Amino acid sequence: MSSNINVSEIDKADKQPLPWSLWLRQIRAIFRLEIEKNFLGRRSILLYLLALLPILPLALLAPFTPPGREWQDFTQYSMIFAVYYGGLILRTVVFFGCAWIFMNLFRGDIVDRSLHFYFLSPVRREVLVVGKYSSGLVTSIILFTGTTVICMLLLYVPHFPSESARFFFDGQGLGQLLTYAGITILACIGYGAFFLVVGLFFRNPIIPALVLYGWEWLNFLLPPLLKKISVIHYLHSLTPIPVSEGPFAVVAEPTPAWIAVPSLVVVTVLVLIAASYRIRHMEIRYGSD
Amino acid sequence: MSDSEAKIKTESDKIRNSKFEIRNSEIIFDDVSKFYGEILGVNRVNLQIGPGITSLVGPNGAGKSTLMNLMTGLLRPTRGSVSLLGIPTDKPEALFRKVGYCTQFDSFPRGLTGREFIKSFLLVHGFDSQKADALTVTALERLNLLDAADRKVAAYSKGMRQRIRLAQAIAHQPAVLILDEPLNGLDPMVRAETIALFRKLAADGLHLIISSHILHEVDMMSDRVVLVNNGYVVAEGNIHGVRDEMEEQPMQILIRCDKPAKLAAHVFDEDSVVEARLHQDRLGLFVRTRDADSFYLLLNRVVAEGEINIESIAPADDDLNAVYGYLIGAEGGGS
Repeated sequence: MSSNINVSEIDKADKQPLPWSLWLRQIRAIFRLEIEKNFLGRRSILLYLLALLPILPLALLAPFTPPGREWQDFTQYSMIFAVYYGGLILRTVVFFGCAWIFMNLFRGDIVDRSLHFYFLSPVRREVLVVGKYSSGLVTSIILFTGTTVICMLLLYVPHFPSESARFFFDGQGLGQLLTYAGITILACIGYGAFFLVVGLFFRNPIIPALVLYGWEWLNFLLPPLLKKISVIHYLHSLTPIPVSEGPFAVVAEPTPAWIAVPSLVVVTVLVLIAASYRIRHMEIRYGSD
Repeated sequence: MSDSEAKIKTESDKIRNSKFEIRNSEIIFDDVSKFYGEILGVNRVNLQIGPGITSLVGPNGAGKSTLMNLMTGLLRPTRGSVSLLGIPTDKPEALFRKVGYCTQFDSFPRGLTGREFIKSFLLVHGFDSQKADALTVTALERLNLLDAADRKVAAYSKGMRQRIRLAQAIAHQPAVLILDEPLNGLDPMVRAETIALFRKLAADGLHLIISSHILHEVDMMSDRVVLVNNGYVVAEGNIHGVRDEMEEQPMQILIRCDKPAKLAAHVFDEDSVVEARLHQDRLGLFVRTRDADSFYLLLNRVVAEGEINIESIAPADDDLNAVYGYLIGAEGGGS
């Protein structure tokens, strides 16, 4: 048995300054394993239920037009969706969905006592972080962008079919739909990185997740400087229909998109670097975890 | 540079190169300690392990798994350093091209069949799909698991799970194989086959580090042993060599002969003999001596005199069981 013969290709790749092709192959392999776990694993049931949560009430309302003046007026639907999206989809479903997916990327493997299989493979730990994070990202984007799009269509189309068709094909509808989908994707990117790190640093990640949840909900009360230390502030700045945050809200200038989007991406990269550092120095001691 | 200076330089280069080659062909623990907070894992371990089968032996909690986890970077030493074939253990991307580790953790990624389990992690290694398929089949064949390859690992028996872990550890054809209690859960037939596989791998030049608590199996298959107790390496090396160095423990020798009582009278003339005891069947004599060499000379004289007919002479306590008993004693009785 000789390792030299069979790993010669990898050895050669390692002699290159940066073996990108090897890393990409490894990321693809990790991604495949993880995506199967995310979509088909035991833990995915809760995720599907969470993704269905905002769809279900709208699906039940689809055959009827609910009472209330705003439901009779098509022009109000943009505001109804903005409130529904901000309150239920973004702050609750995407937040807890990302918490579930990303915290389990490493924490789930520690609980299942299977993380060592990755640690015993010739993979740079940074590559492992990228592979796992990208699988979580794709899972969350598929599920929650899907939820966002379905919810918007379910709100508009059943009640005002012809107006909705004009709104989406000739009006601002498609632009708004894409903007909300984009905000959902950014939320998955930002929350995903945060929860991945939380899953690495905390034995019980629920507590920091709840602390962040409280921080994000109370964001409207915070002074402008503190508002900026949150994900929701940047996401809010991007919404196509601004929603009033109530009489007690501290008003702050929304951050322009050209700052909000790169800021979120840069912070995400920094958080992933912290995750890589942590995972590089991590020991496997399931007993103490 | 004069001729003599050039000669000295060549010699020192040779020495440096040979040291480098040794470092690159051995597993080296350099003054390694590991503490779990206040609790001692292992302390001041210095080892150099070459090719062949090396067994780590010791009671539960002695530090065997800690040593194995340190070797594979799953744990980091509090002090000192570990390298395998010249590769430091904090470089997994290089280390695990050469190393395979079958841990004691009886857990697997969910939902995979045996074949998928092995292939998935070969893909993570970076092999292309075709090569990964070929290596998977080879590993499954070596552990006689081809028939069960397409069943879910979760449905495997304990012995099969042990074998699929072994198959996964050898699938990428490593140069160093570290196996934590690899014979646990295997039936006697499979145990024998697995030991034969280990022997073959060792004969192919691999380093095999095996921890086991079944002493006669360790005795049977190991080229050398490392005895660990309470976090310390208490002895290491070839088992007979280890026994020879235990001068404070008199050597026990069994002599099969027709007149053991008469022989007993002779052996008490020797100062180094501390005990002589008749065998239960009264056709043999157990002797404990502090100086085996002078005792064998005495036996030569007895044979030459022709009074006593000696059938066989065999050391009775230079096996692992005895060494383990002397060094680790009743504390390790569980093992």
